[in-house]
Amino acid sequence: MIKDRTAIAGIGQTAFAKSLPGSELEMACQAIKAALDDAAIAPQEVDALCSFTMEQPFVEQEVARNLGLGDITFFSQVGYGGGAGCATVGHAALAVASGQARVAVAWRSRKRGAAASRPWSQVSRRVSGTAAWSRPWGLLRPVDEIAMLARRYMHEYGASRDQLANAALAFRKHANRNPAALMHDKPLTRDQYLSARWISEPLCLFDNCLETDGAVACVVVPAERAVDGAHPPVYVHAFAQGLNQQHETMTNYHGQDPLMGPGWACSRALWRGADFGPDDVKVAQIYDAFSPLIPLSLEGYGFCGRGEGAAFTEHGNIEWPDGRLPVNTSGGGMSEAYVHGFNLVAEGVRQMRGTSTSQVEGADTCLVTSGEGVPTSALLLRR
Amino acid sequence: MTADALLPEIDEVSRPFWEGAAAGELRMQACGRCHALRFPPRPVCPRCNSFEVEWRTMSGRGRVWSFVVPHPPLLPAFMAVAPYNVVVVELEEDPLLRLVGNLVEAPGAPINSVDPATIRIGEPVRVAFHQVGDVALPVWVRASP
Repeated sequence: MIKDRTAIAGIGQTAFAKSLPGSELEMACQAIKAALDDAAIAPQEVDALCSFTMEQPFVEQEVARNLGLGDITFFSQVGYGGGAGCATVGHAALAVASGQARVAVAWRSRKRGAAASRPWSQVSRRVSGTAAWSRPWGLLRPVDEIAMLARRYMHEYGASRDQLANAALAFRKHANRNPAALMHDKPLTRDQYLSARWISEPLCLFDNCLETDGAVACVVVPAERAVDGAHPPVYVHAFAQGLNQQHETMTNYHGQDPLMGPGWACSRALWRGADFGPDDVKVAQIYDAFSPLIPLSLEGYGFCGRGEGAAFTEHGNIEWPDGRLPVNTSGGGMSEAYVHGFNLVAEGVRQMRGTSTSQVEGADTCLVTSGEGVPTSALLLRR
Repeated sequence: MTADALLPEIDEVSRPFWEGAAAGELRMQACGRCHALRFPPRPVCPRCNSFEVEWRTMSGRGRVWSFVVPHPPLLPAFMAVAPYNVVVVELEEDPLLRLVGNLVEAPGAPINSVDPATIRIGEPVRVAFHQVGDVALPVWVRASP
């Protein structure tokens, strides 16, 4: 059992921008150093590294020798892109809770601000794997793959573009309060949303996350050490991964019910390991590469019933300060930065510390999720 | 579609599907022991774990399960025809067999030949084949209900 046995003692990040100097490795080192400083822990103490597989090869050794880390005795990588974020923190917590490691670092560093850096644009002429069953017909980009599910969702449950706009507008309002957010100075109106250009109908420009350069890191230590740390401890209360039956990453069209994705499997395991339920959670950071992932995740993690996720976003329900469940209080992937969802982990920690720029009063637990639509993961943090 | 078209890599597991398409037939993989259909093709039956495989020719009839209309930025081969439609079709034999494809006005017509505003989830379609390079891609045309 890992429940509350570890805590996030430090968080760190680079600036977020369309274009930053330096390599992904340099940005990773900046964020990790900032997280270690935040935790008041020396680099020599780090003995575990958990990262995404989409990083460059040999990344642990490069990070370790650049920052002068100690002997690394636990290292793991998690796949499936945006599904990996919470899992890297979860693996860090498992390593520390089991005694395999004493100071674990998890991070994401990403240079995707430049158009030429997008993986979908680098596909070769012969496509293999699951993509062989979708790319030849012009289903090319992640947005196309999720738009397919979004159209079906809107058809089955009568969800509207106005309801998808609720997510985009709520996160933009939160970003407008967060000086670190890319969209801090850019308000967004419903008219702007509804008149924006299409990217893949039924999704428009503002249904998409940003493309960002940036890095975020966190430091996981035993709970007893965190109590004496520089900040109030933020406990890792529960962690789960989820890869549901017959799932296919992104093009999840082949299972019994494609609208019940990996989040449902992850959610069942997550709540099984928790002392509280969705009704007790007052703030959430939900992976938002695309707006339809918000209603799907609200359903998957049990905040409402099947088909009710889009309606849940109405009446300011996911907005700070008065919503039932303020979501993505730093602006999320759609308006703060898209660091593959890892900035959501940092915001979850800030909410538990009481230092968010949109601090939810009385929030003592926070759900953080990683990508829905891919094999995924989630964390429950608590004060 | 142009010389930049994306084509599937054909391997031992998927080859009968593409051979069927070249012959103008929509063939689906099934378990050689319990006979459950499955898609996309794979080596093992998820129901009974048999490695025995058989291929069956489908009627080619199905319904639109969902669709999208991609707009730029896109890869060069698709920029020229954007906006176009991509559909997911569920097959009549088993609605859990869902294939990505395009709805076209007639066999051989381009993938932007149908007005996207007229596409409806649930509308009946039937398979056609579109030769691109050395591969016959299944596409879909409207069928009378």
